[in-house]
Amino acid sequence: MMEAILFYILASVAVIAALLVITRANPISSALMLVVCFLASAGIFAMLGATFLAVLQVLLYAGAIMVLFVFVIMLIQTDPKDLKKRQMTFGKLLGAAAAVYLAIVLGIAVWRPPFIAAPQAGEAFLTPSTIGHQLLTTYVLPFEILSVLLLIAIIGAVVLAKKKI
Amino acid sequence: MMITVHHYLLLSIALFVIGAIGVVTRRNALIIFMSIELMLNAVNIAFLAFARWNLLIEGKMIVLFVLAVAAAEAAVGLGIVISIYRNRQTVYVDEMRLLKG
Repeated sequence: MMEAILFYILASVAVIAALLVITRANPISSALMLVVCFLASAGIFAMLGATFLAVLQVLLYAGAIMVLFVFVIMLIQTDPKDLKKRQMTFGKLLGAAAAVYLAIVLGIAVWRPPFIAAPQAGEAFLTPSTIGHQLLTTYVLPFEILSVLLLIAIIGAVVLAKKKI
Repeated sequence: MMITVHHYLLLSIALFVIGAIGVVTRRNALIIFMSIELMLNAVNIAFLAFARWNLLIEGKMIVLFVLAVAAAEAAVGLGIVISIYRNRQTVYVDEMRLLKG
């Protein structure tokens, strides 16, 4: 019962914040609402037994990435008056309708089959030590590729944002 | 009242579709980026729900990798937005219709 109440609170906060993200005209409001959405999903992660990932979500997403977003918005935004007016076009309506259709199809596909009602016995808690062990044994190749990817991203971001190379 | 894997998956679908609507309807490049982050986050919830219900560790490890790739993507994407803004003085994607740099 407690779990259900917690789930509905976190889920409704996440969905409402996500709706606000895509409807606000000012990017700053969107960014702040995105932080709320990420915090609610961190709660969902913790409910699913991934406490370490919930902490990472708060630190990485709600912390680092959103600071980066707000920083860029502050850099390039001039005046709230310069924000463009909303306009409805046929293409947008079509795209939104296609997305809603996707939601219906996915919802039917998820709801129909008899999934396992209760989680299997035992808790699969992911402790940081397990993660470290897994990263250096089973997932050592993806881990190394990821480190190279992050290095490329750092260099790429600097090169892109630099005025003269 | 039991919370089943369906509930988590429906939440994931809702967030994913909201993100998709944001990508197709908004013109501000920054908000399009935020919508993409929303979609990545929704997929993470689905991965974690399946990992929890089948007691698999793989789902959680994939989420770890998705988080790292999302960080890299945000850094490069925002670099691109800054670079476009410097050249065009706009972040609205409907004003970017030239392939010539």
